[in-house]
Amino acid sequence: MGRYFAIRIGRAALTIVLVVTFAFVVLRLSGDPALMILGPEAPPEVIAAFRKAWGLDDPIWFQYLDYFSAIAKGELGRSMRDGRPAIELVLERIPATLALTLPAFVFKVALGIPAGIYAALHRGSAIDRAVMMTAVAGFTVPSFVLALLLVLVFAVQLGWLPSGGQDSWRHAILPIATLSLGGAAVLARFTRSAMLEVLGQPYIRTASAKGVPWRKVVTSHALPNAAIPTVTILGFMVGTLIAGAVVVESVFSWPGVGRLLVVAVANRDLAVVQCILLLVALTMVTSNLVVDFLYGFLDPRLRARGAHA
Amino acid sequence: MSPLVSIEGLSVAFNGVPVLRGVDLALGKGEALGLVGESGSGKSVTWLAALGLLPRHARVSGSVRLDGRELLGAPAAELDRVRGGRVAMIFQDPASALNPVLTIRKQLCEALALHRDLSGEAVKAEARRLLDIVGIPDAGRRLSAYPHEFSGGQVQRIMIAMALAGNPDLLIADEPTTALDATIQAQILELLSSIRREMSMAMVLISHDLGVVAENCDRVAVMYAGRIIEEAPANQLFADPVHPYAQGLIGALPPLDGPRRRLTAIPGTVPDPANMPDGCAFAPRCALAAEPCGLAAPSLAPIANDRAVACIRAEASRRALLGIAAE
Repeated sequence: MGRYFAIRIGRAALTIVLVVTFAFVVLRLSGDPALMILGPEAPPEVIAAFRKAWGLDDPIWFQYLDYFSAIAKGELGRSMRDGRPAIELVLERIPATLALTLPAFVFKVALGIPAGIYAALHRGSAIDRAVMMTAVAGFTVPSFVLALLLVLVFAVQLGWLPSGGQDSWRHAILPIATLSLGGAAVLARFTRSAMLEVLGQPYIRTASAKGVPWRKVVTSHALPNAAIPTVTILGFMVGTLIAGAVVVESVFSWPGVGRLLVVAVANRDLAVVQCILLLVALTMVTSNLVVDFLYGFLDPRLRARGAHA
Repeated sequence: MSPLVSIEGLSVAFNGVPVLRGVDLALGKGEALGLVGESGSGKSVTWLAALGLLPRHARVSGSVRLDGRELLGAPAAELDRVRGGRVAMIFQDPASALNPVLTIRKQLCEALALHRDLSGEAVKAEARRLLDIVGIPDAGRRLSAYPHEFSGGQVQRIMIAMALAGNPDLLIADEPTTALDATIQAQILELLSSIRREMSMAMVLISHDLGVVAENCDRVAVMYAGRIIEEAPANQLFADPVHPYAQGLIGALPPLDGPRRRLTAIPGTVPDPANMPDGCAFAPRCALAAEPCGLAAPSLAPIANDRAVACIRAEASRRALLGIAAE
């Protein structure tokens, strides 16, 4: 068991290093921050001074080593725009993002999982078809389209809700709805197919054959098995809590991490982008680790394999 | 003596395709009945339908009575009491028949809690006793193990223990040894028949293995394309099959004693359930088929005490069999 997790933690660390390296290289190849921040009309000596100040003239491997040795000291760099520590800029945006993503996560789970279970148990019924049609629509429609659609209906036509900004809880309703609907759709489909797969297994028939009432067959025999694949997708959703609202935050002008990321990328504000990506990689990898741990908890077969691994 | 189970005119269709076409079968208390036939002939479906275990889209009609009580269309609560309580069932593939995420204790005690008036320690003691009966060593410790920690043969023993939990009057063993090694097969069959004797429980042994059925059953019913085509005491069926299909099945078995003879094969294949021939379903493959065979499906009719056959050429077929034997 210990080794099972040691291997996974090692892999997680490697993933983070790879993500950060990739971001580092791509950002530096994709444009000059000096030009982006100072503008093309800036005098050449100002640009040169800016480059020198931020170490942009150093060879890329040197910058890379510099960056990692700074991380090792807990130093995540400063924003090139206003000189504040990048981590500070990012951390002050996190509550706003969580104010959208956490309620959205709760709604996704509360809507998606029961809908999926219900659809699976009533396979082929009108409700099953309705749930699945909604689900397909929910995850084929891109979130910005859904967001605009909701704005059109509830803000423009009906005038019930504001179309953007962060002044009151009413401003959060449309962004949360946008995030919830797409996620709930994915979850409903996933849960439904996991449930259908499990309900077709011989051990479900065994349970019925020994006289277990159907309701209990579902709750104590089918659900624990269907939970195993569903946990995977839930883990993924937890992983996107920090930066899963980039598009929605942009559409609704919500000042969260996602919007910060969009602005920082546009400006090539390297330290800020890297800081966000590091954070995203960390949450993603952590939630994957938790999922791995949950697998072991939910599935005794994996537990056994882990013990021997 | 009134039968324990009597099935009359049991028919099942999946999406409009008939897979069971009027099965009549009766089973006495404590009797061991073998049900043989090729895959798809309806052996398992008969009993799954009888216990209401088929998926909802299956159309079931006819009558299944247990001690005179109708089971088809019975309320769910009543069926739940019958299943596992009066009629238990074990299945072909033991590896997937137990829930992989629940301990053996949980699955065994669930059955005990449902059908026996036991609680607390008594449940656990009974679970250990059942595992002892079916020959799982170190039962106390093994109860907390999961299904994947047992071998196929052991899992089938656990399935049997679970089936015994409700003290059933009838055990339906659906190909219980098909997925197991030959040596384990023999052990499981031996276990089943010794338990049956001790608990004076009736058993239906579903199998496509004629040898298994011959050794373990008093009476045999042969199924073909969703119908029973011959029913006879085991020894009589094997010595003197009447239906041409039953003759074909038994002719395909090598005799252990007596002169060596050429094994016969049945020509053709089982008809597609969606495309059943008119009349007797076996007629297209039957050497003795005559014109009337294609007109109406023959019904199962008694030809002697304890014997019934569904063939209008039964007499001709009997003569043909004697001809083969004299050869």
